[in-house]
Amino acid sequence: MRSSTSFSVLAGLVLLAALALFPLIGSRFGIDLVTKMMILAIFALSLELLVGQTGLVSFGHAAFLGIAAYTVALMTPESEPASIWVVLPAALLFSGGYAFFVGALSLRTRGIYFIMVTLAFAQMAYYVFHDTALGRGSDGIYLYFRPDVSIGDWRLIDLDAGNTFYWFVLASLAFVFVLLSLIVRSRFGRALAGIRVNEQRMRAAGFATYPYKLAAFVVAAMLAGLAGFLSALKDGFVNPELLSWHESGAVLIMIILGGIGSLWGALLGAFAFVLLQEFFQSDPIFGEFARHWQLTLGLSIIACVALMPQGLIGLGRQLGRRVSLRRRLRHA
Amino acid sequence: MDPVVFLVQCLNAIQYGLLLFLVASGLTLIFGIMGVINLAHGSFYMIGAYMAFALGPWVEQVLGGGFLVTLVVVVLLAVLLGYVLEWVFFSYLYEREHLQQVLMTYALILVFEELRSLLVGDDVHGVPVPAWLSGTIPLGELMTYPVYRLLVSGVCVLVALGLFWVITRTRLGMTIRAGASNREMVQAMGVDIQFLYRVVFAAGVALAALAGAIAAPVSSVYPGMGNQVLIICFVVVVIGGIGSIRGALLAAMLVGFVETFGTVFFPQAAGLLVYVLMAAILLWRPEGLFRSA
Amino acid sequence: MPDFARPNAVSPRDEVLLRADNVSRSFGGLKAVDRVSLAVRRGTVHAVIGTNGAGKSTLINVLCGEIPASEGSVELLGRDVSRWSQPRRAQAGLGRSYQRNTIYAQFTVFENCRLSAQARLQRPWDWLSSAARCDFSGTAARRALEKAGLAAQADREAGALSHGQKRQLEIAMCLATAPRVLVLDEPLAGMGAEESERMLSLLEGLKSEHAILLVEHDMDAVFRVSDEITVMVNGRVIATGEPEAIRSNPEVQEAYLGDEAVH
Repeated sequence: MRSSTSFSVLAGLVLLAALALFPLIGSRFGIDLVTKMMILAIFALSLELLVGQTGLVSFGHAAFLGIAAYTVALMTPESEPASIWVVLPAALLFSGGYAFFVGALSLRTRGIYFIMVTLAFAQMAYYVFHDTALGRGSDGIYLYFRPDVSIGDWRLIDLDAGNTFYWFVLASLAFVFVLLSLIVRSRFGRALAGIRVNEQRMRAAGFATYPYKLAAFVVAAMLAGLAGFLSALKDGFVNPELLSWHESGAVLIMIILGGIGSLWGALLGAFAFVLLQEFFQSDPIFGEFARHWQLTLGLSIIACVALMPQGLIGLGRQLGRRVSLRRRLRHA
Repeated sequence: MDPVVFLVQCLNAIQYGLLLFLVASGLTLIFGIMGVINLAHGSFYMIGAYMAFALGPWVEQVLGGGFLVTLVVVVLLAVLLGYVLEWVFFSYLYEREHLQQVLMTYALILVFEELRSLLVGDDVHGVPVPAWLSGTIPLGELMTYPVYRLLVSGVCVLVALGLFWVITRTRLGMTIRAGASNREMVQAMGVDIQFLYRVVFAAGVALAALAGAIAAPVSSVYPGMGNQVLIICFVVVVIGGIGSIRGALLAAMLVGFVETFGTVFFPQAAGLLVYVLMAAILLWRPEGLFRSA
Repeated sequence: MPDFARPNAVSPRDEVLLRADNVSRSFGGLKAVDRVSLAVRRGTVHAVIGTNGAGKSTLINVLCGEIPASEGSVELLGRDVSRWSQPRRAQAGLGRSYQRNTIYAQFTVFENCRLSAQARLQRPWDWLSSAARCDFSGTAARRALEKAGLAAQADREAGALSHGQKRQLEIAMCLATAPRVLVLDEPLAGMGAEESERMLSLLEGLKSEHAILLVEHDMDAVFRVSDEITVMVNGRVIATGEPEAIRSNPEVQEAYLGDEAVH
């Protein structure tokens, strides 16, 4: 156990350094792509807490990302930036608030019901932004200014300057990863794991499991809200498709691609998914089929789930085991 | 509200609800009996509609038949599709955990949508109402109601009755219900459970495809129709209770009325009302209106 | 060796820690448990025996709070807990082990007990400190493992244990929450002679500090370790009393013991 933790920390630091230095060598397109990967990684990590740790499969997680994104866009005036100390907490509050409402109702259901109900509630949020005056319709809303990060007159960070936003996203990703690592090994996280493995047993021991699940649901939603906040800032634009169930499906694919039950899996899965999407959509390689990239994606998902149920991390572990076995045999 | 207008809306609500029931009953059957959640169920609805559109002219030319013959062809093809799909794909999903089922069937939606896009394109199409059904019935002094819509309701009612009869009064139905509660026992009794599941699945697909085909002249044929129907069907199944056909019927009618009258009275929030209904029912009964055995 | 010359064990000084009072539970038309009353006293083992389908599992589920009673009441440590949820009853001192293993197979043996013990002192907001270094649950877990005889297996993956050891772990998890009353559902299920012996010594050792309600099919074990036995047939109690009285009860012999080969 101990060696894998120090390996994890080392790998984390290496990745952090690599990502931090990337803007110095990357193209505009590359930086944009990696920013997108990092934001989706935060999104995937948030879902990992819910699905991988607690065992609650939600098919409506995109709603929380979308609500936060819309909050930022709606709260930023057209003529000047809003203060980050206002919009960021507001974004997290609204996504967390909706999660509280959805969780309170849907966590009384089990298994398959839960999946369907979370999907339905995400659709409800989608329709709020798509049909009602609040969301200004399917055309979406523009975010004219990234939030102002200052205390009084002193400007701390200028999110519009150069690569500052990229490093801001990187810092957020690092923060989320560390936070979740702490949660996972804390008493709260262990209780969530117990609920995942055998909820009945946990109740028999004396845990009231509903509040734990609700807490996990809200925390996961708020972290997804952070991803939504960053997403709005990155694109300068929000539209209802952020809440579509295709997005909820995509993030589920990310964590299963990377490997459920591992924070690294969620991170790698997000990175891999974005790269795959780019790959499938590229004209030179797929020609005619690039337009129908969803077909290739669909087939890949089926292949991935059928052949690689443990995801990339599982493959990595298998490889690691084979390498160490061979090493052991050689030295025997 | 004018009583005739009210009647028209009621008829619309009933027709919509019955169509939903047709699709939802397949979904709830497949889940209740085989324990598989099938996100691609909406795709079967879409496939049925597109088949009605694409095969109509062919049936007329080659078989010399009209709308009814097209429906029969669609149902037969759907049964075949369901049989093969269960054999080749779904039978591998039974023992898997929910997340994997969700993702596999979600991937199937993507595959179906793109195949449709490749084969038939992305345009919206209309399917003509057959001439002998395109009349209207007068209601009151000023309004009329299309005969075809009444036919749709009629077909759905017939199918529903047929479904109830099969499930409750035939040996097949009994075996199905037994298989739902205890798979191993039924297998031990010599019933070929694999074949049984294949039949049930094919029936589910056929129900959805039939619904799509008869709805096509009314709602037209467009790319997103499968996904729209799917989510509403999820709401129906959640409200009605998984595995319960009775529940699906009651819930489908509820949803039909809420959606239809909701669009009339609250046009802006129409899409939302169904979910508000679902939330209210979940508050009261987390497992739906009827719990299956 | 059961001591049949023992004076009447039911003395007024013995505190009743768990009591069922005319408990009934119906499922639709079927009455699975029909007006069952029993009392489990401190320092004793009260066994419930009966044929398959007699309603024993349903009775335990009602006593533990997993399903509500249709009629009647359940009393735990003098309080009426009929409307209490299972976690609440567990917090009040009711521990339960299951007939089928409910251990967390992918966690270590130690973690199985530690997590159960954590239920007694929950601090869900504490995200900063590692659970593995938690004093309270760690100590409770070690104590429970000692009592159950699994201290040497603490770091092994629970799924890798032998069946008998898994049953022991099932009990250890129960003990980790320091319950006053233990409800044990067929702890000897699937065990060989040697493992059963170990489990029985464990139960006899636990008796002094707890009140134990035991559901078992192994008649030898039941007669050896129980102070009181209740016999259920078709949801009803047909006899209750000391082992010797039960053994010689003609109704019981006809309904139950006659079919069971006492080996």
